[in-house]
Amino acid sequence: MDFNDTPEEAAFRAEVRAFLDAHAPLKSAEARTYRSRELNAEDVRLSRQWQATKAAAGFAGIHWPRKYGGRDGTQMQAAIFAAEEERYVVPPSVFNQGVGMALPTIMTHGTDALIDRYARPALFGEEVWCQLFSEPAAGSDLAGLRTRAVRDGADWVINGQKVWTSNAHFSQFGMLVARTDPTVPKHAGLTFFILDMATPGIEVRRLKQISGTANFCEVFLTDVRIPDHHRLGGVGDGWKVALTMLANERFTVGKAEGPDVEDILALARTLTIDGRPAIDDACVREKIARWYVQSEGLKYTRLRTQTAFSRGRAPGPENSIGKLVSATKLQEIAAYGIELLGQAGAVMDTEVAPLNAWFQEALLYAPGKRIAGGTDEILRNIIAERVLKMPGEMRADKDVPFNQIPTSRR
Amino acid sequence: MNFDFSDDVTAMRREVQAFLADRLPVGAVRQFLENGPAVDGALWAEMAAMGWLGLTIPEEYGGSGLGHEALCMLAEEVGAFLPPVPFASTLYLAAEALLGFGSDAQKAAWLPRLADGSVTGAFALAEGAGEPGADGIRALVEQGRLSGSKAPVFDLDGAGLLIVAARDAAGQVGLYLIDPAAPGMERRKLRTLDLAHGAWSAEFHDVAAEPLPGAVGWPAIARLLDRAAVLFAFEQVGGGRAALEMATSFAMDRFAFGRPIASMQAIKHKLADIYVAVELARSNAYFGAWALHEDAAELPRAAASARIAAIDAYQLAARENIQTHGGMGFTWEADCHLHYRRAATLAGIIGGARHWRDRLFDQLAA
Repeated sequence: MDFNDTPEEAAFRAEVRAFLDAHAPLKSAEARTYRSRELNAEDVRLSRQWQATKAAAGFAGIHWPRKYGGRDGTQMQAAIFAAEEERYVVPPSVFNQGVGMALPTIMTHGTDALIDRYARPALFGEEVWCQLFSEPAAGSDLAGLRTRAVRDGADWVINGQKVWTSNAHFSQFGMLVARTDPTVPKHAGLTFFILDMATPGIEVRRLKQISGTANFCEVFLTDVRIPDHHRLGGVGDGWKVALTMLANERFTVGKAEGPDVEDILALARTLTIDGRPAIDDACVREKIARWYVQSEGLKYTRLRTQTAFSRGRAPGPENSIGKLVSATKLQEIAAYGIELLGQAGAVMDTEVAPLNAWFQEALLYAPGKRIAGGTDEILRNIIAERVLKMPGEMRADKDVPFNQIPTSRR
Repeated sequence: MNFDFSDDVTAMRREVQAFLADRLPVGAVRQFLENGPAVDGALWAEMAAMGWLGLTIPEEYGGSGLGHEALCMLAEEVGAFLPPVPFASTLYLAAEALLGFGSDAQKAAWLPRLADGSVTGAFALAEGAGEPGADGIRALVEQGRLSGSKAPVFDLDGAGLLIVAARDAAGQVGLYLIDPAAPGMERRKLRTLDLAHGAWSAEFHDVAAEPLPGAVGWPAIARLLDRAAVLFAFEQVGGGRAALEMATSFAMDRFAFGRPIASMQAIKHKLADIYVAVELARSNAYFGAWALHEDAAELPRAAASARIAAIDAYQLAARENIQTHGGMGFTWEADCHLHYRRAATLAGIIGGARHWRDRLFDQLAA
């Protein structure tokens, strides 16, 4: 075992650092604060610009084929770039859905014409994508979605509502799953489309979360027309295409950003309990040691995954550990930071609350981390079914035509 | 970067698993349930013949010198298969003490015999209840003679070499080499949680004791425990893995309400949580393996993390394995309690979670 780059990896890392040094400042120690805020127009502009800069230098779509603007590089190189980029102050990315998820899905299921049309503009930061999957009545049970797509000549006509859509208000395109046949069991009646967000009939509303910010949108679709050549995969194959996309999502959604063990450690060093440093208290140590060991465990689990990459193996469903553990850890650390602050814990004023009220902010956004991109419960199912090979839960809607599935208490 | 076992060690792991699965079929350990702990001497000889006991012992002392990475792998498999042999006492503690602190003459006298399996080792630190520490060591060596008492001393039965922590006339703690057959030592077998590993109390009355010259002061002993903590962590990860496999296998076969209980989320989520705990413990242990193999400055921190994670993971897996088995898991006949007993034993053997949390915070504060 070693932490050393191979000569090829070291050369690539040096190239990456030279590029990053030329374009962005290194994060300072104070950079470990964050306020959950909405992206404004300027953020989006800077994000596009940074994406374009990376793409021009060959550092976007590192493991994409060269003919689509990529580098023909390895997953290991992509991981090296991501790890290095994290050390620098760069604009927040609005390209996770497009470059990270939509385009890999189009490359797997789309025609050459679709790939040629969409790959480069996404990679070079010209077009932003969003994911139109979840609905008010279809979250974990995504295949239960009800947005309808009805064939009309060369078009499909879409009616329905999507929710929890990041970036919809400034996206040019969306990946849409809709129901094309309600008379067959739910997974069999879905079809996948590319939706131009400028099409008439689309209304995007911001959705305010418990944290007070609006990072997500609701998208209402009324008689929205999609040309059939924007269908991805066969009619009725939408679930298969969606699974490709979700596999890419779990890969892009890694750890939950937020105050981590070093921040709660720093806080415990500055506070006192009964006149002694809080960090000397056995109860405090018991709590923090647990998170420390989890953080270390996640860090080295990522290195094990990277090793699998470097040996040419794909990451498996065991990758689900990262989000499952880090989201709950974030929620617990946030709550404990507030508890350690005692009587002032409930104050969010940044002049009083340490780290720009990061613990308080995180308390409010952590519940979302445990839900987005697969709930804790769904992730446990994935681990149980795909890693431990346990059978699926018995389903009341199995083999039942979608339009005969019960939807409420009667 | 390479954060996995080498291809050589991975290939060896397959051989180890095949051998242990063949040699220790399910139920093989049951003899100890009725007859009490005893060492399987034939198995120990076979393990020696395959070179498993000399992995960390240099070639000049009769070992293969392959290093600690291979021993970590072996520790995991020992944890999974529960062979009734003094593996940890001999290799993680006695051999490590000699390698770290012994004189050339002591190494030459003992290491070849540990490597070839003709001598097993035991380690005596504890003097009753309490966590490891200099304050707990009252055994005294004066003019080369040890007096005092130690308990528990695991795997003392049949051991040809005993390493004892004691203080000298000036109050300095250190490690001493004792011949367990020397006059002046009385031993009494103790009832233990673990049914396959016996423990004894030992009384020493002016027993000849030879210092390990490198082991001077508590920091030396703490360093030995750091090294052992990584190896015990692998053993615990192996035990957690095995308990999870037992629980998963049972849940697939056991039907209730017309379906396998493995299809129920109450069971699936429980076992997913065990998987996560065991894998996080494994990743911490890997960092420990790296630090141990490289003798890195990070070893104390890596060892403490590995130890804390492994204690929790094995105990969770062992506890919930019984729960998954239901009433069947609570019977003497089911093997669940072997892991339950072993997990509790390993949780305290070189100090419990509280001790290792303090060790971790000593490092984080530094």
